[in-house]
Amino acid sequence: MLQRLDPAAATLRLFFEGAPIAARPGDSVAAALLAAGADCFRTTPLRGARRAAFCMMGVCFDCLVEIDGIANRQACLTPVAEGMQVRRQHDAGDGA
Amino acid sequence: MSAAWDVVVVGAGPAGLAAATLAAGQGARTLLLDEQDAPGGQIYRAIERTRDDPALRRILGPDYTHGDGLVAGMRACAAQYAPGTSVWQITPEREVWATRAGRSEAMRAGTLILATGAMERPVPLPGWTLPGVMTVGGVQILLKSAGMVPEGLVLAGSGPLLYLVAWQLVRAGKPPAALLDTASDDNLRPALRHLPAALRPTALGYLAKGLALRRVLRRAGLALHADVTDIRIEGDTRAEAVSFRSAGQPRRLVAAMIALHEGIIPAQQMTRSIGCAHEWDAQQHAFRPVLDTWGNTSVAGILVAGDASGIVGARAAEHAGRIAAWEALCQLGRVDAAARDRGAAADRAGLAAHRAVRPLLDRLYAPRAEILRPADDVTICRCEEITAGQVRAVVARGCAGPNQAKNFLRAGMGPCQGRLCGTTVAELIAAELGTGVAEVGYFRIRPPLKPVALAELAAMDTEDAP
Repeated sequence: MLQRLDPAAATLRLFFEGAPIAARPGDSVAAALLAAGADCFRTTPLRGARRAAFCMMGVCFDCLVEIDGIANRQACLTPVAEGMQVRRQHDAGDGA
Repeated sequence: MSAAWDVVVVGAGPAGLAAATLAAGQGARTLLLDEQDAPGGQIYRAIERTRDDPALRRILGPDYTHGDGLVAGMRACAAQYAPGTSVWQITPEREVWATRAGRSEAMRAGTLILATGAMERPVPLPGWTLPGVMTVGGVQILLKSAGMVPEGLVLAGSGPLLYLVAWQLVRAGKPPAALLDTASDDNLRPALRHLPAALRPTALGYLAKGLALRRVLRRAGLALHADVTDIRIEGDTRAEAVSFRSAGQPRRLVAAMIALHEGIIPAQQMTRSIGCAHEWDAQQHAFRPVLDTWGNTSVAGILVAGDASGIVGARAAEHAGRIAAWEALCQLGRVDAAARDRGAAADRAGLAAHRAVRPLLDRLYAPRAEILRPADDVTICRCEEITAGQVRAVVARGCAGPNQAKNFLRAGMGPCQGRLCGTTVAELIAAELGTGVAEVGYFRIRPPLKPVALAELAAMDTEDAP
């Protein structure tokens, strides 16, 4: 499990699947989700397999989530913002 | 963002920072585009933010701190820096299309320096798609950029970054539970041939650091498993355990987090999409763009510097960035060839000194065949969930290359556009056909290189078009 060296720094609040989680200003959405113990960011279109952030540098696209209603956002490249609504992405992110 | 620039640099890691700083310092109108929200690339990730965090700086070690000067130089120079900007298309005519904060823009470059760096070599093995499995680079990014450390992590693989991250986690007071070292003893003898070149002063520094780091790991009390093969990550909905062989003996460890690493390879998506010629590097087991000694690609006015040119390391990348910038200035007519040669002389010496250790490292940590060409049941395309066996089967049915495999299987057609499976697909096809990877080639890469919404394209001001 991942832990923060300085838990007090997580002063910002966003939402994952409707539940509040804490984040440090400047964190990526992917880091914030992992710190909150999230182990499913999306499910794959073909087999419905669970996936979570893998490379953290924008290469693998396994961290695709829906952010504030917009699908296919790379959580590892998106900085957190107060009140942000993050949801798991299912299928190809087009509601199909 | 203005639409016409003398020099556009893509990537704000060591090569890009050094290139942009030099070009701007010589009076060229310079734009530095970077996908991350802060400069430094992956090696100096979050370097400005960690300046106020001495505890984290101590954990990361002195090599990281070297990035301070590079970033400060870029901040002080006249180059315009555009963070959070993803380049999704570059044409051979040097038109650059990029998206920032949901808005796309186009611009034109007199010369382009691509400093897009490297990615970690994909490590396809059973269970590598399960939540709880990450790359070692990903774990280090969490440490640098978010001050996060894993508890009970199992590290598996080989190469300098693997040992560095293990060392950093020891310093953070969270030593990994175990380190599964996949480096093969068979690499030792052939690597020795490259030892003399690595005994020059700068190269020797790398070796001394590596040995000191391994010493710390041996004393830190983590379980070190040598000569590891047959790694299999077990779990239903997430990683729960890892089984493997160490020196042939079967082992199994309970593990909720596993990080994999087998070295890094050039990021070739951008140079491929432009149509630059590439070649297979048999020492680094990776494709790289064909370049001259200034970093010129086969496409006029488009240069590559740093790890995107073939893995050279962060310090060498800095020198390569400046060498490319001198060449760009020369092509723009801002300096003549004599001034370019004079300007780049010190950086040429620096580049050679830092590169000298590379052949030894490449050979010492050459990945095993089971990673390059995994067993049939292993998923090799994470996006479309295609196995190595499916690729072998289409080759048996007459598939002659990666682009045909893409048509047959959809491998390489998912969101990552083949970044994670391209090299493996080429390796598998080459092995099945009994030919070289160079002959088999790679996926044809087409823009957009990053997802762009149709609405974003429609909203583009046509006046913006170059």
